[in-house]
Amino acid sequence: MDILSILAESTRSAFGPIAAIYALAAIGLNIHFGYTGLLNFGQVGFMLVGAYGVGISVAVFDLPLAAGFGVGLLCALVLALLLGIPTLRLRADYLSITTIAAAEVIRLVYRAGFAEPLTGGAFGLQNLSADFRTLNPFDAGERYGFGLLAYNGNHLWVLVVTWGLVAVMAGLTWLLMHSPWGRVIKGIREDEDAVRSLGKNVFAYKMQALVLGGLIGSLAGCMLAVYQASIQPDQFKPQVTFFLWVILLLGGAGRVFGPVLGAMAFWFLMTFTDGVLQGMGALGWLPFLDGPDYGAIQLAFAGLMLVVLIVFRPQGLIGDRKEMLVNVK
Amino acid sequence: MRTRLVTVLLALITAILVIPGPVAAADEQGGEALHGQILNPENRDQGVEGIGITVYDGEDEIGAAETDSDGMWEVELPEPGTYRVVVDQESVPSEYVVREGIIVDGETEVEVEADDRRPLIVALEGAGAAEGGDASESPSEDTADDSGGEAGGEDGAVAPTTGGGSSFGAQFLQLTVSGILFGLVIAISAIGLSLIFGTTKMINFAHGDMVTFGAMVALLFSTGAAGLGNSLLAIFAGIGIAVLIGGLLEARLPRTTLIVAQWVAIFGGIALATTLGVMGDSIDWQVPLWLAAAIAVVMGAVLGGTMERYIWRPLRHRNVALIQMFIVSIGLALILRHVILVIFGAGRNRYAGYQIQELVQLGPVAMAPRDLVIMGVAVAVLVAVACLLQFTRIGKAMRAVSDNRDLAESSGIDVDRVTLYVWGLGGGLAALGGVLYGLNQVVEYEMGFRLLLLMFAAVILGGLGTAYGAMVGGLAVGLVAMLSTLWFPSQLMQAWALALMILMLLVRPQGLLGRRERVG
Repeated sequence: MDILSILAESTRSAFGPIAAIYALAAIGLNIHFGYTGLLNFGQVGFMLVGAYGVGISVAVFDLPLAAGFGVGLLCALVLALLLGIPTLRLRADYLSITTIAAAEVIRLVYRAGFAEPLTGGAFGLQNLSADFRTLNPFDAGERYGFGLLAYNGNHLWVLVVTWGLVAVMAGLTWLLMHSPWGRVIKGIREDEDAVRSLGKNVFAYKMQALVLGGLIGSLAGCMLAVYQASIQPDQFKPQVTFFLWVILLLGGAGRVFGPVLGAMAFWFLMTFTDGVLQGMGALGWLPFLDGPDYGAIQLAFAGLMLVVLIVFRPQGLIGDRKEMLVNVK
Repeated sequence: MRTRLVTVLLALITAILVIPGPVAAADEQGGEALHGQILNPENRDQGVEGIGITVYDGEDEIGAAETDSDGMWEVELPEPGTYRVVVDQESVPSEYVVREGIIVDGETEVEVEADDRRPLIVALEGAGAAEGGDASESPSEDTADDSGGEAGGEDGAVAPTTGGGSSFGAQFLQLTVSGILFGLVIAISAIGLSLIFGTTKMINFAHGDMVTFGAMVALLFSTGAAGLGNSLLAIFAGIGIAVLIGGLLEARLPRTTLIVAQWVAIFGGIALATTLGVMGDSIDWQVPLWLAAAIAVVMGAVLGGTMERYIWRPLRHRNVALIQMFIVSIGLALILRHVILVIFGAGRNRYAGYQIQELVQLGPVAMAPRDLVIMGVAVAVLVAVACLLQFTRIGKAMRAVSDNRDLAESSGIDVDRVTLYVWGLGGGLAALGGVLYGLNQVVEYEMGFRLLLLMFAAVILGGLGTAYGAMVGGLAVGLVAMLSTLWFPSQLMQAWALALMILMLLVRPQGLLGRRERVG
């Protein structure tokens, strides 16, 4: 087991495109939970509609990529309205149940047999990133970077665009949360009734936050489709949402850089544990387990991380403990 | 703290940047390649082995590969360019054919860019389905799909009617009966969810995995419990005794004795489990399914009680907020599901001996005897639970705590103990629901999570926090889900249940039996 190369690989994945995509989705979740206090357990549903917006437009209807992004964002808008209208007037737990159920049902519908002409069913869609790669200013055959932190041209291009989007969205979050709108949003998180008694339309503010976070989530889905050039519905299982929660809580909810830091730390840890498990397996230290079990152990580890974090350090790496003691009424 | 963290991170990054090392990782080192996974169309969790794939550049063969036991294949390519990929039709098992679409006549062209490891999707389908005629083949493909699932269990019951000529009325009756059956299973599993919400105001996202747990344990003991079963039993016995000691003798024993006794029980259980695990398969035994189900229910109750006693009660006493508790329960669900996956594996199993049964004709409805038994057990248990809640002391206490926790506490009810019993009851019922669901369908590690979505729909429909509401809601959701397959594809079943739930939230957010309260 070569600890140094495992560390190097972990660092690479901490800066890699997947970490950037998760950071983007977690920024959306941060607007939901960190600032507004909405319990969205179905962020992956927004990613899915975004990814399939790109996928169906590009692969089935041969539209340009920009149109695909538009369709993805539009789908996310519709989804947010559908989820929000019945639940946002109710207690926070109703939204959590509805979102977790809706995200899974959407995945099942997209992979169902009757949807196959449009979504490719369980096999998904492919050949999605030709447009994106023609825009690539880097040479696809070249490797860029130093030492162990090198990426090929195509990945670097995705990397630059996605981290760029992360920076833009983080900036947008900062600006929004320092505006009057942001103060109302944070007020809703602290005490909904107090904000309502000030004459604010709490429902409308919550809906705006849900839509905004959902749009950012679907943008992450679009980038995922572009990065992989192919999508399958089974990539959008509920555990993606739970990863996003770990990322948000690890970094610090209610902080602009929380999701970014969280995504990097999370993917570092995931790749690291994977490398260590594989290494130990190769050395024969794990006699009762075989290959496929490592993935399950990693997911169980993510769950454990979620529990331990929320119990012992709800503010994560850079959060404010007092801000995170929000409650459902 | 923060500066230390930043320093460590910076040091790490510099270290990585300056190490020249064996450049980068394997997955980008290999240059261009084509890879993919060929899945079994009847069970998409499994691959198909031994299918040959050859890659040509013009007429020159570049490389060939054969799928391994998981259906994975990979061909390394020398340079970017356009390649012709040929799937060897001869090597495809005779019961399947390569699906036309991207691949025409077993051939396709792909363009590979520099440093691109492209996935290529090769899909199989049942040989009969291609002609679209074979009625016995296509439904079985539908049911293997994990979204359908429910229809799958009724191979015996539903398939004959959906297969062909029977009238709409007969189909309607048949599906109504399956809907009631499914609804009863949902209702049994959902009571615990609703009662737990009522007493603690917490949504237990791990409830679905408690259902899976019950089904898996029953499967284990009914097919032969060797070392693994014995060890599990020993651990659960130890922890169960500890929880019971705590629950029953709390006021009667001095505190230190109590704690010592509990830890002795737990460590005794662990020690016994280790011994039994080391002895392994030498103590092998097997019980009939009904006894295995009973064991599963007891173990499910212990699991629920343990979670309450050692996780939720400490958290409540630390005044952890509800949102945080939700997230903890999601984390627990992840842990439980994947521990189950590691211990029991990802295969889809059925309880042996109950799959193929002669159908019993009851008037216009044909049912397998096992489904009759499921219905009987479910109704009996629901009536028993209703009696427990209505007439016994502890049942009344449960309803009182569920109604108003503070008021119950101030009128002298030991709220913590009632909550413990509620978790035990909920865990046991969830395990029973899992056994019944597994008997009707297949047992696999994600079954509980899928049922959880329907349970949510059921408890919201009936009214969060009311036990009877969960029963009514469960039946309604089961009926709607099954009857929707009359007009719509079976994969949309859960979508209809969800739509019903959203509709209910719009018109009557407190649910059918819920009490109106000020919300939002």
